Amino acid sequence: MRREKTFHPPNDNEATVLAPLRGVTVRDQTLWIVLLALLGMGVAAWVYQFVNGLGVTGMNRPVYWGVYLTNFVFFIGLAHSGTFISAILRLAGAEWRKPLTRAAEAITLFSLPFGVASIIIDMGRPERLLNMIIYGRFQSPLLWDFTAVSLYLFSSVVFFYLSLLPDIALCRDRLTEVPRWQRKMYRILALGWEGRPEQYHRLERVLDGMAIFMSLLVITVHTVVSWVFGMTIQPGWHTTIIGPFFLLGAIFSGTSAVVIVLAILRRVYDLKDALPIRLFNSLRKLLIVFSLGWIYMMIAEYLSVFYGNIPEEMEVFWQKLTGDYAVIFWLMTILVFVIPLLIFIFRGKDSIGWMVTAAVLVNIGMWMERYVVIIPTETRPRLLYELLRGAYAPTWIEWTITVSLFAGLILLYAVFTRFFPIVPLWETAESLEAESEMDKARERIFKFGAKFGSGFKQKSGD
Amino acid sequence: MPKWSMVIDLDKCVACQGCSIACRMENNTPVVSPAESALGRLMLWNDVFPLQAEEHGAIASAQAKFLTRPCMHCEDPPCVKVCPVEATYQDEEGIVRQNYARCIGCRFCTVACPYGVRYFNWYAPAWDEGLERHLNPDRVSGDGDLEGPAIRPKGVVEKCTYCIHRLHKARERAAAEEREFRPDEYVPACVQTCTGKARFFGDLDDPNSTVSQLAQSRRAFRLLEEAGTHPKTIYLHEG
Ligand code: SF4
Ligand code: SF4
Repeated sequence: MRREKTFHPPNDNEATVLAPLRGVTVRDQTLWIVLLALLGMGVAAWVYQFVNGLGVTGMNRPVYWGVYLTNFVFFIGLAHSGTFISAILRLAGAEWRKPLTRAAEAITLFSLPFGVASIIIDMGRPERLLNMIIYGRFQSPLLWDFTAVSLYLFSSVVFFYLSLLPDIALCRDRLTEVPRWQRKMYRILALGWEGRPEQYHRLERVLDGMAIFMSLLVITVHTVVSWVFGMTIQPGWHTTIIGPFFLLGAIFSGTSAVVIVLAILRRVYDLKDALPIRLFNSLRKLLIVFSLGWIYMMIAEYLSVFYGNIPEEMEVFWQKLTGDYAVIFWLMTILVFVIPLLIFIFRGKDSIGWMVTAAVLVNIGMWMERYVVIIPTETRPRLLYELLRGAYAPTWIEWTITVSLFAGLILLYAVFTRFFPIVPLWETAESLEAESEMDKARERIFKFGAKFGSGFKQKSGD
Repeated sequence: MPKWSMVIDLDKCVACQGCSIACRMENNTPVVSPAESALGRLMLWNDVFPLQAEEHGAIASAQAKFLTRPCMHCEDPPCVKVCPVEATYQDEEGIVRQNYARCIGCRFCTVACPYGVRYFNWYAPAWDEGLERHLNPDRVSGDGDLEGPAIRPKGVVEKCTYCIHRLHKARERAAAEEREFRPDEYVPACVQTCTGKARFFGDLDDPNSTVSQLAQSRRAFRLLEEAGTHPKTIYLHEG
């Protein structure tokens, strides 16, 4: 009976945003089946690898780590989209982010499991995974990773769920014609949310508090991921810039992924009003900054290596610039930096098509970037780099598993958007009853951000 | 407590690769097919490399140079630092050990070792017809512990252990004979077999041992000294 009283802040876009939830179409089902089949192929490939041994991959000595580790770094990087947009921009008080927070957070949530899976797939004896807990030693950067990523996954789930809560309650109350199990799911997941002002108030406070924690975590996680490489003394990996560089790359590819996802959602679910084009323009500005930051890091890293001219470092350096990895290195530079920057600056404004093109290129390029960071170093080991020249060619097993990981990510995303509103309705509502209360709370917690943020809001309101 | 160390005199090494073969037979290293070997999956705990000729001015040195390379048993081993489960660790006597029963096969140690001495079992180990009847039955095993020549499962890392099982056997023999164990009762198989008598083994902490005397030699050097790993496998320069 309490449900009658539940308050839902009025939102003009409510009908459009809830429309995709009202029924699963045949097209959806076909897509799901195709993705499931791809995922199944990946599972089969992995079982084959598990039974026979990692010999079925192209990895060897000295290239002990290959595509799987590349995927790991890439997926964790992709995950940084959501937390960056919803946590860091939340703290900065950038109000424009609101309609796209959930779409971005969902990328975080759904790519993290595939990052974790990549590590397990890469292990020689995955059934001994628990040894990491039983005998875990904190000297090992791999355990730092393990801890950071699990914490990240856990807090992302909580953060995501909390901000979803009022909208689940909305689904519970509005979607009365959907199948019984679905209504039951909403009822259970809504945890009896009533939308009282103090509930909104409390929710905002929790989200603000968590945003601080999540922002710290986002920085830690990807830095720690890079330290798996950076903490060794291998040439090309052992640099102090590797942490910030990985982090920037992660946020860059994550934010680009948000552009892709937004465009698809807009088109497929007809969300033109809920996801206005100005969102793309705001993201465009961020992306320009990130691509410039990326080239800055590139130059900082490679120029100091080149100038220092240490023999073993130069082996790796030339391997990338003119050696076996030259094609992929230069292609990566063009895909991540040259073309996207030109598009962002000259074509991106008000053009979703161009923005998506650039974002896709950035993500392909970022995957290649991870590859180029990891593999060339291994092909020129420190001792006897003259003799022990490594080479690496991934096998179809590795490619199948890689494709299936991406299929899995898309599948989770596609299914999710059919059952939950992908645009946060309560956050984008014209007014919450608790609006003024909420602002006060934010100001208390994050004084500077609130003031700074209001300035940011006006500027980005184009 | 002894601190085990090996000295290799490159002047005496004839590059016969006897050490490689002795090591293989002693430690049951799996045999890989030529195709796998071409991929770089050959397993030789103790490898012998030809070195590139050095150029002095316009003249290239005519003398071929070789380097034989077991594990360095670094005093500050980068491989041990990165292992998340302590499957590889350094014991009190300075030997860097490898526990096949615990290793999760993450291959972090293999990328961290600057000397490339760690080998991963890409497949379950296999031997050619007939060879499997000559496997060394020795092993070091205990509760959750499997080391030395014991047959490894697939997906774990292995490496030179300074023939740790020989040390265990020597200790057990001394105990059975109710006398004190002497450090000169134990040498690894490669040292025992070395054609040129180029290899020496012993206690680096004992000032009278051959290895500690040779380590003082002006010809003594260590591989990648700049890497800060402090190897206990020490080389003597040619000439
Ligand atoms: S040589 Fe390599 S495997 Fe041996 S102790 Fe040193 S780092 Fe470890
Ligand atoms: S491969 Fe095995 S020994 Fe090497 S770091 Fe991983 S768990 Fe440790």
